[in-house]
Amino acid sequence: MSKLLMFEKPVGMRDTLPHIYETKRKLKEAAAAEMRSWGYRFIETPALEYYETVGAASAILDRQLFKLLDQQGNTLVLRPDMTTPIARVAASKLLKERVPLRLAYSASVYRAQQREGGRAAEFEQIGVEMIGDQTVSADAELIALLVSVLKKTGMERFRLSLGHIRFTDELFRQILGTEERAQYLRRFLYEKNYVGYREHVKGLALSSIDQQRLLRFLDLSGELNCLEGAADLIEGGAGSEAIAELRSLYERLQEYGVAEYIQFDLPLVSHMSYYTGLVFEVYVDGAGTPAGNGGRYDHLLEKFGRPASATGFGLRVDVLLSALEQLEEEEKVHCILFSNERRIEAIQEARKRREAGEAVLLQDVAGLEDVDRFTETCKSVSFFVGKAASGREF
Amino acid sequence: MLTIAMPKGRIFEEAAGLLRKAGYQLPPDLDESRKLIIEVPEEQLRFFLAKPMDVATYVEYGVADLGIAGKDVLLEEERDVYELIDLKISPCYLAVAGLPDTTVDEVAPKVATKYPNVASSYFRGKGEQVEIIKLNGSIELAPMIGLADRIVDIVSTGRTLKENGLVEYETIVDITSRLIVNPASYRLKDKEIGQLVSRLAETIAEKAV
Repeated sequence: MSKLLMFEKPVGMRDTLPHIYETKRKLKEAAAAEMRSWGYRFIETPALEYYETVGAASAILDRQLFKLLDQQGNTLVLRPDMTTPIARVAASKLLKERVPLRLAYSASVYRAQQREGGRAAEFEQIGVEMIGDQTVSADAELIALLVSVLKKTGMERFRLSLGHIRFTDELFRQILGTEERAQYLRRFLYEKNYVGYREHVKGLALSSIDQQRLLRFLDLSGELNCLEGAADLIEGGAGSEAIAELRSLYERLQEYGVAEYIQFDLPLVSHMSYYTGLVFEVYVDGAGTPAGNGGRYDHLLEKFGRPASATGFGLRVDVLLSALEQLEEEEKVHCILFSNERRIEAIQEARKRREAGEAVLLQDVAGLEDVDRFTETCKSVSFFVGKAASGREF
Repeated sequence: MLTIAMPKGRIFEEAAGLLRKAGYQLPPDLDESRKLIIEVPEEQLRFFLAKPMDVATYVEYGVADLGIAGKDVLLEEERDVYELIDLKISPCYLAVAGLPDTTVDEVAPKVATKYPNVASSYFRGKGEQVEIIKLNGSIELAPMIGLADRIVDIVSTGRTLKENGLVEYETIVDITSRLIVNPASYRLKDKEIGQLVSRLAETIAEKAV
C-alpha cells in the first residue's frame, strides 16, 4: 500500500475550525431566519443523485461534476447545485397542490476543481426557489429578499447586476437570423470576452446599422436610463417585452426600497442555455468572485415532466464569509475542575449551571498535564479539588 | 483606489507608455523600482509588477482590479475575467515552427511549448493527435536538440526563429495586449473603471488615426 497521505485533502476540500464554524453558523442562521420570515420553507435533498437526471439537467458543466458508480453500475453525481434537485422534488411531489411553492435550502454542493486549490470544490449554498409563479412580482420578491438576506448577514456594500436573456436572444435573432449564429455570439458574452465580441461583429456581413446595434448592446449597463438605450435597439416583440418587464421589476424594487443596490447589465450571460428571463449576479465588497446568482429558469421543471415557471437565487456561504471583516472570537466557557473525592459535587454544580442556560465544561484534574495551560482557555474556573467543602471560583 | 497588475518585461514599456499617453501620471522609474507595489495617490491608482503569465491569475482572484495581459496568456489560462479592450500594443502571433523541410513523426508527433492548452486545442481542432511537452523557456532548443518535432511559440519579429535555423509552418492566432478586469470590481467599482476604460479607448482610437 502506498504511504498514507496524513494531512492532504483532495483538491478544493476544506476544513472548518471552531471559530470559523461559529461565524459561519451565525451567518447561515441570520440568512435562514430571514428566508423563513418571508414564508419560505426549508427542505433537504440527498447528496447523491443520478447522473442521467439531476446531473444532466443541472446548469453546471459536465467536467465539474464528481461522478461515481453505485452497486448496480448506475452513474451517480454529488449534487453540483440545489436548484435541480429541488426542481426534481417539486415536480414529483410538491406541485400537485397547484399553488406557488416557496422553498429554501442550506446545503453543501460539489464542483470539481481542475486547477489550483484557491477555489472550493465543496461549498455551502443558501438560497430559495419560487416555483409556479411567472409574475414579475415573484422576481421582485426574490430580489428584495436577497437584499434583505445580504443585510442580515452583515454585508455592507454589495451590488446586484441584472440582465434579461430574452432581450439578448431577441436582439440576436432579429439581427443574425439563425440560432446558430446567435449562439456563437452569445458565447463571447458568456466568456466575458468583449474584445472578441466586437471583432466578431465587425467581421459579420451586416448592414452598418445592425453592426452598430450589436456594438451598442455591449454598453447597455449602468442605471435605469440604459433601458431606454436598450428599447431603441430592439423592434417590438419579445425584446421590448423583456425591457418592459425590467422596467416594472425596477418599479417594484423601488417600492421595496432596494433599488439602490441594483445595476443593469444587459450583456450579462451567466449561462449558455439555462436561464429563460431575468438573470442576476451578486457582488459583495471584499470578495473577488460572485457571492451568488440567480434568475428565472422556466424550462427546468419540464425536464422532470411537469412544466412550471420558476425563479430563484443561491448565495455562496464561503464567499460571504470571506467578505466579512470580523470573524467571531473563539467563545470561552466556564470550566469546573474536579478531583475524584468531590466528583458528585462537581457534576451537580455543572448540571445546575447548564440548566440555567450556561455552557459548562467539566474536567477531571487527573486528565490534565498542565493545569495552568488549561485554565487559560477557560472563561472562568471553579475548583472542586481536594477535601474542602465548597467550590472556589476564579 | 484601483489596483492594476502590470506585466514585467516585453509588454511593460508599451503598457506604461499607453497609460501615460492617456494622461495618467506614472512615476518615471516604475519598472526599475525595487518596490513590488507602487502607489500613485494623485491618480488613485496602485500598480504592481507580475510575471506576464500570472497577471490574469491576480485579476481573477480579485487582488488586482485590472490587469494588462497578452491574448496569449488569456487563451492559455482561460481565467474568469472580463476582456474589455484591445490595447493594440505588443503585436505578435502564436505560430507552429520547426526545423526546415522536416515532417513530423507519424506515430506520436511531439510538440514543445509554453502554451500547452493553446497548442493541444489547436491540434485537436485540426484533427491531429500530438503529444505536448511543456517547457518554460528557450522553446527553440527543443527541435534543435531533438526533444520535439514542432514548437508552438510566440513570434514577434521572427528573428529568434531565424537565428536558430527554424522556420514557421503555420500561424495560429494574432496576439495583442488586452485590458482585463475582475468581474466583482467591474460591478463594484464601475464608475472608476468606466472612466479608465474610456480614457484608454480614446487614446487607442487616436493612435489608430
